[in-house]
Amino acid sequence: MASNKKYWKSVEELNENSSIVETLKQNEFVEPIPTDDFLGDKETLEASSTTRRDFLKYVGFTTAAASLAACEGPVIKSIPYVVAPDEIVPGVANYYATTIADGFDFANVLVKTREGRPIKIERNDLANHGGSVNARVHASVLSMYDQYRLQGPKVNGEDASWDELHTAVAGKLNETAGQDVVLLTQTFASPSTSQLIADFKAKYPNIRHVIYDAVSSSFAADAFQAKYGTRALADYDFSKAEVIVSVGADFIGDWQGGGYEAGYAKGRVPKDGKMSKHYQFEANMTLSGANADVRVPVTPSDQAKVLNALMGGSASGLADNVAEAVNKAKAQLAKAGAKGVIITGVQDAQMQEAVLNYNESVGSEVMDTANPRMTAMGNAADVANVMNGVVSGSVKGLITVGVNPVYSFPHSEFAAAYENLDFTLAFAMKEDETASKAKLVAATPHYLESWGDAQLKKGVFSLMQPTIRPLFNTQQFQDCLVQWTENGDSYYNYIKDMWSGTILADGGSWNQALHDGVYESAVEITTDADTAETTESSTSNGALSTTQGGMELTLYTKTGLGDGQQANNPWLQELPDPITRTTWDNYVTVSAADAKDLGLENWNVANGGLNGSYVNVKMAGVTIERVPVLIQPGQAKGSVGLALGYGRTDSVQSEMQTGVNAYRLYNNFSTTQGGVTLEKVSGEHEFACVQLHNTMMGRDIIRETTLEIFNTTKKDKHGEYAWNPMPKVSKDHQEIKVTDPGADLWDEFDRSIGHHFNLSIDLNSCTGCGACVIACHAENNVPVVGKSEMRRSRDMHWLRIDRYYSSEDSFADDLEKKENISGLGSSLSEFNEMESAAANPQVAFQPVMCQHCNHAPCETVCPVAATSHGRQGQNHMAYNRCVGTRYCANNCPYKVRRFNWFLYAENDEFDYNMNNDLGRMVLNPDVVVRSRGVMEKCSMCIQMTQKTILDAKRDGRPVKTNEFKTACSAACETGAIQFGDINDHDSEIFELKENKRMYHLLEAVGTEPNVFYQTKVRNTNEA
Amino acid sequence: MTTFYNQLRAKLMDNNITDRMEKVPYRNLPKKWSFIALVFLLTFSFSQSAFASTSFLPTQAVDTAAGEKLFKANCAACHKLYKPATGPALFEVGDKYDREWLYKWIRNSQELVKSGDATAVKLFNEYNQSVMTAFPTLTNEDIDNIIAYTYTKKKTVAPPPVDPATAGGGGISNNIILAILALMFLMLIIVLVLVNKTLRRFAEAQGVELEEKEKSTPIWKAFVENQFLVLSTSIFLLLAAGYFAYGWMSQIDVNQGYAPVQPIHYSHRIHAGVNKIDCNYCHSSARKSKTSGIPSLNVCMNCHKNIGEVAAETLAEGQSEYGVDYNAEIQKLYAAVGWDEATQSYTGEEKPVKWVRIHNLPDFAYFNHSQHVTVAGVECQTCHGPVEEMEILEQHAPLTMGWCINCHRETNVNVADNEYYEKIHEELSKKYGKERLTAAEMGGLECGKCHY
Repeated sequence: MASNKKYWKSVEELNENSSIVETLKQNEFVEPIPTDDFLGDKETLEASSTTRRDFLKYVGFTTAAASLAACEGPVIKSIPYVVAPDEIVPGVANYYATTIADGFDFANVLVKTREGRPIKIERNDLANHGGSVNARVHASVLSMYDQYRLQGPKVNGEDASWDELHTAVAGKLNETAGQDVVLLTQTFASPSTSQLIADFKAKYPNIRHVIYDAVSSSFAADAFQAKYGTRALADYDFSKAEVIVSVGADFIGDWQGGGYEAGYAKGRVPKDGKMSKHYQFEANMTLSGANADVRVPVTPSDQAKVLNALMGGSASGLADNVAEAVNKAKAQLAKAGAKGVIITGVQDAQMQEAVLNYNESVGSEVMDTANPRMTAMGNAADVANVMNGVVSGSVKGLITVGVNPVYSFPHSEFAAAYENLDFTLAFAMKEDETASKAKLVAATPHYLESWGDAQLKKGVFSLMQPTIRPLFNTQQFQDCLVQWTENGDSYYNYIKDMWSGTILADGGSWNQALHDGVYESAVEITTDADTAETTESSTSNGALSTTQGGMELTLYTKTGLGDGQQANNPWLQELPDPITRTTWDNYVTVSAADAKDLGLENWNVANGGLNGSYVNVKMAGVTIERVPVLIQPGQAKGSVGLALGYGRTDSVQSEMQTGVNAYRLYNNFSTTQGGVTLEKVSGEHEFACVQLHNTMMGRDIIRETTLEIFNTTKKDKHGEYAWNPMPKVSKDHQEIKVTDPGADLWDEFDRSIGHHFNLSIDLNSCTGCGACVIACHAENNVPVVGKSEMRRSRDMHWLRIDRYYSSEDSFADDLEKKENISGLGSSLSEFNEMESAAANPQVAFQPVMCQHCNHAPCETVCPVAATSHGRQGQNHMAYNRCVGTRYCANNCPYKVRRFNWFLYAENDEFDYNMNNDLGRMVLNPDVVVRSRGVMEKCSMCIQMTQKTILDAKRDGRPVKTNEFKTACSAACETGAIQFGDINDHDSEIFELKENKRMYHLLEAVGTEPNVFYQTKVRNTNEA
Repeated sequence: MTTFYNQLRAKLMDNNITDRMEKVPYRNLPKKWSFIALVFLLTFSFSQSAFASTSFLPTQAVDTAAGEKLFKANCAACHKLYKPATGPALFEVGDKYDREWLYKWIRNSQELVKSGDATAVKLFNEYNQSVMTAFPTLTNEDIDNIIAYTYTKKKTVAPPPVDPATAGGGGISNNIILAILALMFLMLIIVLVLVNKTLRRFAEAQGVELEEKEKSTPIWKAFVENQFLVLSTSIFLLLAAGYFAYGWMSQIDVNQGYAPVQPIHYSHRIHAGVNKIDCNYCHSSARKSKTSGIPSLNVCMNCHKNIGEVAAETLAEGQSEYGVDYNAEIQKLYAAVGWDEATQSYTGEEKPVKWVRIHNLPDFAYFNHSQHVTVAGVECQTCHGPVEEMEILEQHAPLTMGWCINCHRETNVNVADNEYYEKIHEELSKKYGKERLTAAEMGGLECGKCHY
């Protein structure tokens, strides 16, 4: 059945006279293929002496040679010590107690060293007031192995010897005698350094000592000084609090040095039916706001009014919802009496003083002014004075120690003026923005290579000791001072002498103090403030009392980068911000309402990456161009946020020169600024955000209840609490629990013998701080993948902290909305609505790592049995067996398996710490570095549990109760992550497993995980 | 998987990591030569002992043997006979000092120094004012005996003459014999062919008719024509090839018997075998660490500060059996650790020794020595073989996973006197119904126990 239909391939064929059709009849292509373009011209080809045959011969020969050569292993050399140090046994870790005091982070830490190399930072359990061992402190060990560090001193830009530098400095000091020379230092909190600076000033009386904290707590310190006479910061113990009202103070973040989360978390776990109540009034969404029971978005200018109203003033001028919250908070504070506390971050010394007065008047047990914190002693007015002095030319010389004013001063003309100064000496670890412009540069060692002491809290002294020989030709500032003031031969001897005369005068032992890292003594001793005389009266005020038009900006520091000192640390760059879950960037956070008005957008593209608009940020004549915008749920309308610490350029690897420098807007050293305008500009910014879906949509991922329900609900007929139900399945038309053996397809392992490890995560005490993520990074040699890979969701973190927003006002409302959906139309529209977060959402954090399922879905699908189950409850992963099918990752309901898409070590495409000899020193020798094409995941730190077992076996004793630890549980400041052996019925983990708040993630799937969570309880009780 | 940690170490210390592993050829010294050397050595040593006479003749009969015993017990820690050590060399010391002075000096040298005796003060200062232990209990007779012993002449054993032409000649002589044999075989065949030819010619001449064989199909043709045979043979050949290829590939990078040349010829045979030094004395970290540890050179110097050269017999044995001058090897140690024998002090010039690592476990396999040595009580030799017999250390075990697993399957866990095992052992033995449990039954076969 023939058809005379004519088929045509293109419209061209319809044109009968087309030459193209004619050509195509003869040739495959219309135009000849341009072979000459890629083969080169004929002449060159013929001129070449290599024939095709020769070429094939070479290829064949080299392939054969390479494969033959590959059959023999390389010769590996082993080089033992010539004289082995007594304390080092190769293969066994040593721990040293020391102290970090870099001007922003202050903490007592324990340093793990292997074969003389520090490889990990841990908490020092002996230190009760140890400051905060946060993510930055955990990551600081990598900053020591930074290949961009200064390798020796420099004079006028040329490498020099220390003798040359000392001569040059002495010359300059004598030259400038009688002139205004400023010694601008970080806060050292070090008694011995203060003493040395006093001696130095005695020798050169023209020198002024000014303390400069890049991120200032000056207003609080001014208030404390005005009230109590000494310059310090009040300390708070939130474990004693029943009601916490914070107005603009991110105390779980970096407010006044941070480190309050441990005490806070203690009060947040319901005990005897009670837990603390936390009100937060703030502009940006902070960690504190995310953890609060009641969070009220309030612009900075309104925060002062809120404070006034709280302390007895009128609530007029406040929006109704704010006024209502203020009244409730006020009533609860009144009821709590001495168990209540108000804290504030309002940038005004008088307001700060008023709050101190209030807390004192109610006799708050939470506030400690007798033994205050001695960190962050800087005086903003003095610093401004120096800044203006340099610009105007009245300051003739500037010695900077541990600070980077060229980068972090807001004055736009400072950099040029600094360069023109005749005498500039920078003590710096890196050739940063300041050091690169200084005439004289003294290379200083990292704190892990230094001696030192500190008084972080009054009466609590700590020591800093080197844990490795200096990697480079460096000298401590204090050693130089010892030399300049002729105070003996070394700073070490100086500290030792000073301590034995003062702090240890009550008979304490130096060796014991060095071993413990901390020593408590009531002795009064020189502090930073004693040498830095305040020149201006402390009536500082940076608060925004009246609206200046435009938007209000709150500058903040991120969990990752802090004040920006460690900008070249890839671990911190890659740490997702706990709130925005965005890495490798800073950005302007705006509220959804403002974004709509300004036409600013965020959207996801096909590969899951987040894109956003750009704006120019303008304020008082300063413009920061092309700042990406992130729409932040919970941001107070009319306010914007921007993180400090980004935009570093000097001695920072190009990959890590991220973000914009927000210090340009840090006028008066006040974190709140008014009169800011945003101007949309063209372009799309590509964020590296690791969380695509931000809301929980009523799913049973994080279980939450209120304190009232938690306290009053009785067990139902199944022996369960209604707020923590066990999922049921139907078998033979009977409902049975999903954990019932009848619902089980599997043969159960016998786990009653030996150890059975479980991990508990308390959602009440997890503040989302991210310390565990970095600790896991360091312990398990987790690679850094860089911004573009992060954007593709190829992050390698074994442990992630998911952050969920509610799409209604609270998660309970979400659930209700989901339950009431009926019909297709309703479900389509309402589920869609639930995908976007509310204007002021509730927030919940949930750390998720491999759940080590007893019935692991990953194990059954592995074609090569590379992942298997251990009797001790750990899900093992044999990297050398893995062939990279990724079936396991696909079958994992928790999405915790990570695939090595590339070789991340010794690969120039991923030029982070694993690509240079120095950076690789931080690797843990007990854990293998994974190669390309294999799957990896949390191992529940099997190297640590095996070590604990081996230690016990070697000593011939049973493992002690609570002796087992993982890197995350050891790093958790709040105790939210607990690890242990549930076959030991005395252990804490056994108790937690029996806790009524305990639930498993996605219990209904029937995976029977060995990681469990404790239901989050919110305190919604009102007065 | 990349062995970062080791590579890093190697890279930091040595850029030359591209050279390849070379196996040491067996040293084929013909037995004949070693026998001659032995005879030579024996004759010499006997003739030497005959000369061990005393030129010093004390008034009373002396007992050199007793003197030797006393010398070794009391003096040898600081004095050597022919070389200065902490104190001066004592060879023929009786001729250097007055006998009465010697009695006083030995019983209490400090008293003599304090009394201002010129000789004593000079001697004291010459040897860095190191105080000599006083021996007040030694009688004059004892001291005489010791002095008599110091007249013992140094034993010298002439090294066996090494003829460069024949030193490595074992192989050549064998080849010559083989060549001669081959030649003879060839000649035999030629002769046979010739004989055959001649006989045929004779037969022809005599008119004897030789039967002609009927031409049959050649065997290869028959084989090719039989398709079944061809098929089965090719299947067989393929299977055989597969079997051998698998076997060959399984041994890649299994370096059993790997015995590289080390920068210092260190003899485990002498240290662990002859001198019976406990393995843990030098490899002390095996008890508490994952690595057994290559001893640092200061451990060597604990003994070698005093042992600057080996006994004459050992030296001769080394030269004849292994072609090694042990004394020169000890000098290499001194050079590395920076020990100046003349002044008996460290110069501070250290040159770390770059040993060639023999046992290379890949990075992805975790092995802990202390678990096996301290907890399980496994003898070092179980894995490392008869180290005390190895002149050059070699890899005894294959170090493959199958080898590890086998041992874990067969070895019982050492639970005796270890409280850690008390509970778990009791429960497990109830479960498996037996008293002794293997490492495998304890969970010693789980992947994650060794791979992380």
